[in-house]
Amino acid sequence: MGGEKIRLYVTGSILGYQRGKRNQNNNVSLIKIDGVASQEEVEFYLGKRIAYIYKAKTQKKNSFYRVIWGKVHRSHGNCGVVRAKFRKNLPSISMGGKVRVMLYPSRV
Amino acid sequence: MVKEVARGVTAQGRSKSYHRRGLWAIKKKNGGKFPTHPKQQKAEEPAKKAPRFYPAEDAPKALRRRAIRKPTKLRASITPGTVLILLAGRFKGKRVVFLKQLEENGLLLVTGPFKVNGVPLRRVNQAYVIATSTKVDVSNVDVSKFDDKYFKPTEKKQKKKGEQEFFEEPTEAKELPAEYKENQKAVDAALTAKLTPELTGYLSTRFSLRSGDRPHLLKF
Repeated sequence: MGGEKIRLYVTGSILGYQRGKRNQNNNVSLIKIDGVASQEEVEFYLGKRIAYIYKAKTQKKNSFYRVIWGKVHRSHGNCGVVRAKFRKNLPSISMGGKVRVMLYPSRV
Repeated sequence: MVKEVARGVTAQGRSKSYHRRGLWAIKKKNGGKFPTHPKQQKAEEPAKKAPRFYPAEDAPKALRRRAIRKPTKLRASITPGTVLILLAGRFKGKRVVFLKQLEENGLLLVTGPFKVNGVPLRRVNQAYVIATSTKVDVSNVDVSKFDDKYFKPTEKKQKKKGEQEFFEEPTEAKELPAEYKENQKAVDAALTAKLTPELTGYLSTRFSLRSGDRPHLLKF
């Protein structure tokens, strides 16, 4: 279904990688889910699948869009940020970009 | 389990363990003896002739499968008649009625009903479903004939295409067997009889998140 009118995901923004003062951990990305402001609210999103969708120059399977899938791993801090792991680590160009946080696997 | 004092040394001795396990009670009930299963009498096998030759190649021995499939737990929020929201796939956002859980692989049997919103009888995984608090009466729907076999696709025989056929236009899609259509009709009829106009309207609309909706705060 192109041009989806049915939105069944929440957007989130990519903040960067998990990191310390000197080292960064590329295989864990930090994501701020829209409308989530506290650690308690994160609970709903734990385990949910995340799609990072980007546009590429060459077509694959008749589409210029590609996706990197990942999932919400755990919460990060107290302000509703989550740690996420992706099948392939997110590229650094994705920082500041958007991801879709799906509503599945559902627990409600 | 009894507490271990050290590795392999339990806190209670043999005698105390005997009392604790209550074996004496079992013995007492059975007149001073432990109950035993009667020995199974084996039917005498006809004497087998030793084969004249050993097989030239080792016969592969089937592996023993010990794993037992546990039935999938149904989420507490899903009961027969619950209205579910499908989260992914062709019918995403559609509201459907849950009929029953299929035994073999724990998938959920749902229907739109087809007449109301176009979702046929189909199976979905409960991970891709949101359970709502709305319930529909499904007591008069007969779902006994639906199991996993019912949904197995009939095997397709792939025909090799000749040169001429290769350039021909693919033939039209096969129609669904009449039996499936009738079953759908029967379920639809039983279900729609119990639907109020409000429920019909509710089922026919799709669910979607609007801007500002926070699914973690929504009460489905």
